[in-house]
Amino acid sequence: MTTETKPGGVGAISVQGLVKSFGPIEVLKDINLEIKPGEVVCVIGPSGSGKSTLLRCTNLLETPTRGTVRVNGHEVTDPECDLDVVRRSIGMVFQQFNLFPHLSVMQNLTVGQTQVLKRSKSEAEKIARSNLERVGLEHKEAAYPSQLSGGQQQRVAIARSLSMTPDLMLFDEPTSALDPELVGEVLSVMKGLANEGMTMMVVTHEMSFARDVADRVIFMDGGYIVEEGHPEDVIGNPQHKRTKSFLDRVLNPTKGDAGDDYPAPAAPAPTAGSIMDPLKPI
Amino acid sequence: MSTATTGTTGSTEEVPPQKKMTRKQRALLIRSLQVAALVAVVVVLAIVGDWGAFTKSFFNTDTISKTIGRMFTSGLRSTIIYTLSAFAVGLSLGLIIALMRLSDVALYRWIGTAYVELFRGLPALLVLFLVTFGFPLVFPEIKFLQNFFVKVAIGLGSVAAAYIAETIRAGIQAVPKGQMEAARTLGMSNGTAMRKIILPQAFRVIIPPLTNEIILLVKDSSLVYALGVTASQYELTKLGQSFATGAIPGIPAGPTSLALAGMFYLVITLPLSQAVRQLELKQQKRR
Repeated sequence: MTTETKPGGVGAISVQGLVKSFGPIEVLKDINLEIKPGEVVCVIGPSGSGKSTLLRCTNLLETPTRGTVRVNGHEVTDPECDLDVVRRSIGMVFQQFNLFPHLSVMQNLTVGQTQVLKRSKSEAEKIARSNLERVGLEHKEAAYPSQLSGGQQQRVAIARSLSMTPDLMLFDEPTSALDPELVGEVLSVMKGLANEGMTMMVVTHEMSFARDVADRVIFMDGGYIVEEGHPEDVIGNPQHKRTKSFLDRVLNPTKGDAGDDYPAPAAPAPTAGSIMDPLKPI
Repeated sequence: MSTATTGTTGSTEEVPPQKKMTRKQRALLIRSLQVAALVAVVVVLAIVGDWGAFTKSFFNTDTISKTIGRMFTSGLRSTIIYTLSAFAVGLSLGLIIALMRLSDVALYRWIGTAYVELFRGLPALLVLFLVTFGFPLVFPEIKFLQNFFVKVAIGLGSVAAAYIAETIRAGIQAVPKGQMEAARTLGMSNGTAMRKIILPQAFRVIIPPLTNEIILLVKDSSLVYALGVTASQYELTKLGQSFATGAIPGIPAGPTSLALAGMFYLVITLPLSQAVRQLELKQQKRR
């Protein structure tokens, strides 16, 4: 099985009729979504709206309850699909970085290449170095993750994903765990990636990033895609009441009475991954 | 300054600097009482015991010089062989049981749990007996399983495996979930992720408790005597006891060889503890 281009194209995501339940709680309700190669899509919405779950269903860290997900033309929801092969071409960056603490920065970047892609050590290190350079951390290759700041760790995590030469990248709130002054360095790396034409799906609370970088913004609430479109339209001139209310809260957090008409969020959805084991071999 | 000894009564009248002094003095008093009690115990023991006889029988230099060579080349050697072979069995079997207990497959989980509950509940001595008497009956054709050393390794190792499995399981579960997710998103298979990412981190956590298991095994190896061993297979305890009872010609009966055996056990366990401390320090720097 290879990752050759198939219907859907390299770097493309296609989601149809996606439903995801954690026990009795339906977190995603009939999601339909197409992302074209090279497109940068930001997913915004209140916590518990299902954005992270949608992202994690894309590389099957969460197993969808119903519906189909196609990535690069592979139907990942097909039980016959070899997920290990598809996942190689999908980079993922986590909120908590998830660097391997027992490995040096260089080893973090090479372990996937040598173990999964069977690249030689020297080739893997060459690729790793160029990606460290790209995120501005070429001088840190011998360091261990614990010796780095949060922003540096997240940039290493991005470099780790890039070292697998992925066709598309998923970002799950990549700056939410960072101190405010460290957010910029990570966002600028991501912006650079977007400008180079990487297909990106970004779950984020950084509205300015979404506005500047995204080709399309998706607003999710209560397990539905409520509104989507060009960032200027969704963020600048939201049509839907819930989008307006959410953006009002995010952009003017001190204005206490902004969300009067905003429905109280239902019981908070479980943190993605807390209930089901996402790594069960399919 | 009498408040120092009368305790806290009337403390409402004390001014803060005075109170500070009082606390210091009270601590000093308590400490002095503790030391006095300790000294008293030592003095009483010194008076009551016949230490001349103790030294003569437990540290008989003549016996030491006659037995120490054999204690070292035969007893210590056997103890180490039994310990290491049992630990090898215990570690590999324990790892398998731990992975079974964490498996998605209910049957594996059930087998793992049953194993741990069974072998944690049986005395090691009984398991050794079961192996020694059971193997010739159940596997009479398999020569390998009739070997004395194999039976010892399996007997002691299968008990150790139950404890080691629980230790390893705890270590694996202590690794954050995100580590497995990150490894899988890089395209690693479950097995590769375990081997390269999860287990190295888990073992870092469990090296101290695992060392405990080795130390327990060092001591449990003394149970091997119950299998009916030949003189060359005597480990430290059995050899020491044989010397002590005068069962070995040329050596006068007396507890000196038992004290010597005890010292040899410490020769194994103390460096082990020290090595682990070094290892922990080294790894702490990396964290």
